[in-house]
Amino acid sequence: MKDYFFELVDFALSQLTGTEVLLLKFDGEASDFVRFNHGRVRQPLSVTQRYLALTLIQDQRQQCVTFSLTGNKAADCELLTQQLGMMRHQLPNLPIDPYLLYATDGCDSDQVRRGVLPTADQAIGDIVNQAGGLDLVGILSSGPIYRGFANSLGQCNWHEVDAFLFDWSIYQVADKAIKMSYSGTHWDRLQLRSRIESARTQLPYLEKAAINIEPGEYPAYLSAAAVNELLGLLNWSGFSAKEQHTQQSVLQALVNKERTLSPHITLRENTQLGLAPAFDSVGFVKPDRITLIDAGQHASSLISPRTAKEYGLQANGANESETTQSLELLPGKLDSTNLLEQLDEGIYVSNLHYLNFSDRTACRMTGLTRFATFWVEQGKIVAPLNVMRFDDSLYRMLGSHLMGLTRETEWLLSSVTYGQRSVRSSRVPGALLSKLRLTL
Amino acid sequence: MTFEIDTLLPRFRRLIPAVDECSLRIVAETAEFTAVRQDVAMPLMRVIDHGAMISIRDADGLGYAATADLSDAGLRAALDRARDWARLSKRRSVLSDAILKLPIAKGRYRSSTTKPFNWAMADRIDVLMKESQACKIDARVVDWQASLTTQHIQSALMTADSLATGDYVLQETDITIPALHVTAYEGGVTQTRSWGGRDNGFCQQGGYDVLERAGFIGSGQLAAQEALQLLAAPNCPSGKFDLLLMPDQLMLQIHESIGHPLELDRILGDERNYAGTSFVTLDMFGSYQYGSPLLNVTYDPTQATELATFAYDDEGMQAQRQYIIQNGILLQPLGGMQSNRRAQQMGYAFDAVATSRACAWNRPPIDRMSNLNVEPGTATLDEMIASIEDGLLMKTNASWSIDDSRNKFQFGCEWGQRIRNGKLAEIVRNPNYRGISKTFWRSLAMVGNASTFEVMGTPYCGKGEPNQAIWVGHASPACKFTGIDVFGAER
Repeated sequence: MKDYFFELVDFALSQLTGTEVLLLKFDGEASDFVRFNHGRVRQPLSVTQRYLALTLIQDQRQQCVTFSLTGNKAADCELLTQQLGMMRHQLPNLPIDPYLLYATDGCDSDQVRRGVLPTADQAIGDIVNQAGGLDLVGILSSGPIYRGFANSLGQCNWHEVDAFLFDWSIYQVADKAIKMSYSGTHWDRLQLRSRIESARTQLPYLEKAAINIEPGEYPAYLSAAAVNELLGLLNWSGFSAKEQHTQQSVLQALVNKERTLSPHITLRENTQLGLAPAFDSVGFVKPDRITLIDAGQHASSLISPRTAKEYGLQANGANESETTQSLELLPGKLDSTNLLEQLDEGIYVSNLHYLNFSDRTACRMTGLTRFATFWVEQGKIVAPLNVMRFDDSLYRMLGSHLMGLTRETEWLLSSVTYGQRSVRSSRVPGALLSKLRLTL
Repeated sequence: MTFEIDTLLPRFRRLIPAVDECSLRIVAETAEFTAVRQDVAMPLMRVIDHGAMISIRDADGLGYAATADLSDAGLRAALDRARDWARLSKRRSVLSDAILKLPIAKGRYRSSTTKPFNWAMADRIDVLMKESQACKIDARVVDWQASLTTQHIQSALMTADSLATGDYVLQETDITIPALHVTAYEGGVTQTRSWGGRDNGFCQQGGYDVLERAGFIGSGQLAAQEALQLLAAPNCPSGKFDLLLMPDQLMLQIHESIGHPLELDRILGDERNYAGTSFVTLDMFGSYQYGSPLLNVTYDPTQATELATFAYDDEGMQAQRQYIIQNGILLQPLGGMQSNRRAQQMGYAFDAVATSRACAWNRPPIDRMSNLNVEPGTATLDEMIASIEDGLLMKTNASWSIDDSRNKFQFGCEWGQRIRNGKLAEIVRNPNYRGISKTFWRSLAMVGNASTFEVMGTPYCGKGEPNQAIWVGHASPACKFTGIDVFGAER
């Protein structure tokens, strides 16, 4: 894919005239998706896709076109020429863009992470065999992911990673399940077996009849996956410099220094930890780390090139939507081995589901428990809990009611595959809360 | 972007391998996005996407492969890959007892667009600029944006059997998605008012005619005025109230608490790892009292302008209007032919619904809700308001959350208005309500007549592994519900 992209780059640049500037972005993948239900195969699928995005710039005007590539050079070059011609024809009729900004310092990069991915036979055989007798449902996504950038100023960036993610649940009864994942760059049948066996040993906790509790406030332990859901929702405007400048960020009170989170909370965009490329769509290179929240206080924001130009800021490699790609919540000091004892009485939440804001000004979130949530008494699991809705402010959950974070963190690769496989990831610990407000 | 169907058909026919079922679905899509934010035109964006999905079934083995390379070599490679998957999944498939013979489908569909968007891009910007410039009516207006997305989607579906007779399905769809929102801020309070909701509820099939039907011209100033009204409004009260929901909120209520729980693939467990399961079980169809006797819900591919109107689904089943809930009784799930066959094998007989769809060339079809509508009743809006002694009107969805069984829900709206003694009273901000799908629709007390009926939709219905976001339509009248748990924000 890399050679093909740069062949197209060379061709495209040869088509430019006068003072035209061209930015080229490449997104590709060769993915196997195998979907499972009841421990059997539901839909196995291979997808090869390559998308080229061209941005033509002249006289402070710009236009973008993205098109799927066939992989046939003659056909793709013909389409490229055609689209370039259309943009060239339209550009003079478009208004000047006062917020146009793109990288001009020519910072090249080339990162390739090779792995050992499962063959089609292994993808189906290993999982179906290991799932024997279990009600396993989920998906394996596997294959190389490619990202590229080049411009007519001579900059070239390439990012390629072999990765797989097996995202799955094993159901015990009705909506009660153990949710797990297995991700990485080197497929290992023994690792897979170990994880499925681990889930199998946890299933007996779900055998007891589920209980209901009344709405109210309860001590709670949120697993790393549950904390990740809370933090993920902050990507809906929370860290965005544009949203903060227009008073729309859900963290506006934090940004305006009217509220604080717990001193335990230090959040970073840590590009070095993740799978995402270290360059953005217009060629800016991302810093290794950006501290967004430092010991509970607002520290900095994610600033896209457009926002930087509009508000006179320094761009820091953020994408257009100003969302995190490689989020890191620094760990705390809680010992994960005796969390139930530390919780004593309350709820153990393994997963949260379908979060949204019920009051954006107060950063109040609502959502539901999912898969395996337990009622705990005297440091022991009593029974699974039926689905409960929480509705609580982040300033309480990760602020005044946060007792601590675990020493251990989990690296969670996004399972999102809308349009293409996500390279977003996060590294987060679990959290012990003195109170979590349940409403339904 | 189009594909050369006349040359593709004979080429594909020559490549078809000796398997029980083989089909080819080709999609060519062009989308154009134009936006003006704070009176500045955003970069124009065009997306041209085309490719093909091969599906093969051999005995109970199933395999798919997607490619953008429509040459003989590209199609052959995809056929080989799909055939490999079918071989590997044989005797390991969830479909082992539910083998489906695809129909021989032949038909054409084209959106009934009356005013195609064959404008220059600069003209699109002009329309948006006028709305944008009408938004800044006060210093408290801090952000605003108007945007327009248009899509033209051409798809063809052919099976080995249909090609033997020269038959195939060809469909062309025009989609227009106008959107506008205005944000106002004062003293630590931020309020946003949008035209049709932040998920672009006024999207429909058509061209400029969609903007006319949605009343887009003039929406900028009105949204700005309403954002300022919300800034000055008191917080929504808490308590049990009668609730009058307008179509731009009801569309989400229908979507989340009727549409998703009735998707047959959810009921069969396919979605349990991602989108979730359903509180609805197979034994409930035909007898379950889903709502009050006033509730009538149809799967309706005959609404010409609704977003998910088509003639055939992506399994080749012909689309027909069907009652899903009638007089409050749950009749049948939203399941395509394949899911329906699986349910049959479990001893449940339903009519299949032509609603198995793929969002793009690189995803396989799964059960969706397509056009799912609440049928109009007999009440006028004035009659519904007059019937409420102490309640609220809510419109325009702002927040949505529901559990993985699609049962416990909570919604927030942009706009609330108290109703006292049968009359509309003061505006309230941050209105929210919550309930349980299993019983919520039984509190349906009045259904608006055709004068309150609006055709809406969303381009972003997400589910499936790998994920698929697809366009669905929801048309409904205004509806009144009794005794609903309502609440507001912290300040």
